Amino acid sequence: MKSLILQTIARLLLPLMILFSVFLMLRGHNEPGGGFIGGLVGAGAFSLYAVAFGPASARGVLRADPRTLLGLGLLVTVLSGFFAMVLGDAFLTGQWLIFHIGEADFHLGTALLFDIGVYLVVVGATLTVIFSLEEEST
Amino acid sequence: MAGEIVSIAVTVSLALLCVALVVAIVRLAKGPGLPDRVVALDLIAYLAISLIATFAIAADHPAFLDAATPLALIAFLGTIAFARYIQKQADQEEQP
Repeated sequence: MKSLILQTIARLLLPLMILFSVFLMLRGHNEPGGGFIGGLVGAGAFSLYAVAFGPASARGVLRADPRTLLGLGLLVTVLSGFFAMVLGDAFLTGQWLIFHIGEADFHLGTALLFDIGVYLVVVGATLTVIFSLEEEST
Repeated sequence: MAGEIVSIAVTVSLALLCVALVVAIVRLAKGPGLPDRVVALDLIAYLAISLIATFAIAADHPAFLDAATPLALIAFLGTIAFARYIQKQADQEEQP
């Protein structure tokens, strides 16, 4: 199915949705959001592109194989747990680096790394399913 | 005074949205054909977004908007997918 309206809007919405998914992932720190919902919105962006232009060009836009993303995400998630073990806490305990920039404190923790891993796993798993289904139906 | 107007408007629009939701669900259940049901489902998604946004004002809690924004970004994807399957079905019936 080729639709000019859908293709135009998909080209516009793809960067917007990816931006929003990253925003959702980052604000999961202490407000509603997080890696899972961010990953779902990101996967939605690519599946919209796959519906509009076909799965082959969506794979081209994604560049990496979704299964590679899945494995990478799982690796990042597990690695984020080992930081605590190295420092002597239980596996997956949150470790924080706190920077003082002027008046504000900036917290950087392993929770962010964990969330990035979850994000990649969700994007990879969802897109593996969606691309396979799309390729089968055409 | 302004707060009073807002609270009246919120109450009225919540009631109207609930009525619209019920009517849309009736269309979803009754809808003679698949396309009618898909349009009803689309309408329900957008009514849900409006309900969440109105409720965010009623509860004075902007966090509800974070649920509405992803829903607004994603909701039309399902409709597009349904439209594709309906078109594919029609193509298959035309040239068996």
